[in-house]
Amino acid sequence: MTKTEKDVKRQQPKNQKYAGKAMTKGRYIRSQMKKNWVGYVMVSPFLIMFIAFTVVPVVLSILLSFTSFNMLQFPEWKGLDNYVQLFLADDLFITAFSNTMLFAITTGPASFILAFIVAWFINELSPRMRAFVTLIFYAPSIAGTAYLVWGIFFKGDIYGYVNGWLLKMGMISEPIVFFKDVDYIVPLCVVVAIWTSLGTTFLSNIAGLQGVDRSLYEAGAIDGIKNRWQEAWYITLPSMRSILLFGAVLAITGAFGFGAIVDNLCGNPSTDYVAWTLQHHLVEYMGTRFEYGYASAIAVILFAIMMGANALVQKFLSKVGE
Amino acid sequence: MAMKKLRVRGHRVVLNRSKKGDFGITLLLIILGAVMFLPMWYLIIESLKPLGERNITPPLLYVMKPTAQNFIDLFSNINSTWVPISRYLFNTIIISVAATFGCLVFGSLTAYALSKIKFPGRVAMFKMIQWSLMISSTITGITNFFIFIWLGWLNTYWISIVPVWASTLGLYLMKQFIDANISDEMIEAARIDGAGELKIYWQIVMPLVKPAWLTLLVTTFQQVWNAGASTYVWSEQLKTFNNAIATISGVSAGAASAGSVVMMSVPILIFVINQSKIVETMASSGMKD
Repeated sequence: MTKTEKDVKRQQPKNQKYAGKAMTKGRYIRSQMKKNWVGYVMVSPFLIMFIAFTVVPVVLSILLSFTSFNMLQFPEWKGLDNYVQLFLADDLFITAFSNTMLFAITTGPASFILAFIVAWFINELSPRMRAFVTLIFYAPSIAGTAYLVWGIFFKGDIYGYVNGWLLKMGMISEPIVFFKDVDYIVPLCVVVAIWTSLGTTFLSNIAGLQGVDRSLYEAGAIDGIKNRWQEAWYITLPSMRSILLFGAVLAITGAFGFGAIVDNLCGNPSTDYVAWTLQHHLVEYMGTRFEYGYASAIAVILFAIMMGANALVQKFLSKVGE
Repeated sequence: MAMKKLRVRGHRVVLNRSKKGDFGITLLLIILGAVMFLPMWYLIIESLKPLGERNITPPLLYVMKPTAQNFIDLFSNINSTWVPISRYLFNTIIISVAATFGCLVFGSLTAYALSKIKFPGRVAMFKMIQWSLMISSTITGITNFFIFIWLGWLNTYWISIVPVWASTLGLYLMKQFIDANISDEMIEAARIDGAGELKIYWQIVMPLVKPAWLTLLVTTFQQVWNAGASTYVWSEQLKTFNNAIATISGVSAGAASAGSVVMMSVPILIFVINQSKIVETMASSGMKD
């Protein structure tokens, strides 16, 4: 844009009310701020809390991660020391890191795909039937402590359901202590996590599928789409891309927020630290060792992984249906 | 050629659906549904089992003589400890109601302003809110701890209530719903008629977005109801029902199951009542990149 063009554009009022006055961008914004001041008043209670409990913590954690801080003395700048120590000198961190990745890579996609597939399966059912099936699949994610029943189901003595049957059928000679056995802890926790994870992603998929324009399907049928699988790939998925993205964001957040399930079913720490996650590691350094700088570095790494996962999924979802 | 295959019933095109596919999907749905439902079923059965049936091996998936004894145990025996179970339940209710109410008020005001008042900075603010959905509470936990100390909130109800007012999922859903369902022209018309923003928000927009605020209410309530007390609350009198069940499960398995059943029945019941409204709200949940 040449200088003169820019000047002409500047002088054109964006809003007819201000015709006649030469408006710069800054002045225009200021006038809009004045005119819509009530908007700021309405968002301010939320905004103050949002800044205090989300924005400040993220920024402060990033800053603290470069320091050594125990709350008694002023933070001491350490540069990248915390990160170097985490990756090179902290074996348990490496365990936590790989466990977290393992949990996230299994539960995240599984829950996301299950939430879509089930929603898709029930899409053509009658409304009443659909509501019923929705409840069956959604209930575990809002049922609070109900997942503790898995602990009873897989109880480590002969009174556990699974052990009882395995013993009766003669497949084992003594009960397996499932939630203390390194071979079973991770797979079981993954299953329980998926069981509780359909949640909001599932509901938004149901709504999204219902909202796909039916005439698109009819047009598709005329254009030679042969079966429901093609229909799903070429019509359904692309037209609910924004809903899928929303669901994916929630699925990722859920998949990295693993921890309470492990604590309550396997105890803390789990046998041989097989289910030790970044969250556990962070809480350990924060709650018992009071090394807040080091704990912040763990939080920042978790933050970076989650942002990376979101970016990756966004890229992937933009390719759907092509 | 494709035209040949096209079947029409009335004026509508009948979509291609193979019998085999229908059968496969139904079968898979039943299997998945059974896996999802079985633990719930087992929990309910466990809560109704009398002591004698608890020691049968392998355990039964049904109950021969259902009893309410576990529920009575939950509320009476544990009542005799120094913090009665009713206190935990009271805490959970107080926290859930206060947190949900605040979230509803601040969230809906913000959603309305972001959607309909064209103040500079609103786009950036909404971007931030969308972005906050990608952060788990683990990440903000450390610094929140400092903030709680600074505010003098350790070991109080505030810790469990105020941060919820800043939660963003319900707000996000409501903003998207207002965007999709309330036209700018309508708001403009109300403004020309001389209605103030608060009046437009309360008398015009809120009645029209009932599904959205019901959703906000239900999702927030679920989240708070199911949360255990924060680790920064150590007084037993301030802890929640969730914490109590965890403690009880070490003492009596029957009472613990009964507790879990009580615990889960509230959010599930609320969801069942509001299901259609919630799904309606989710229709506009899509996220543009």
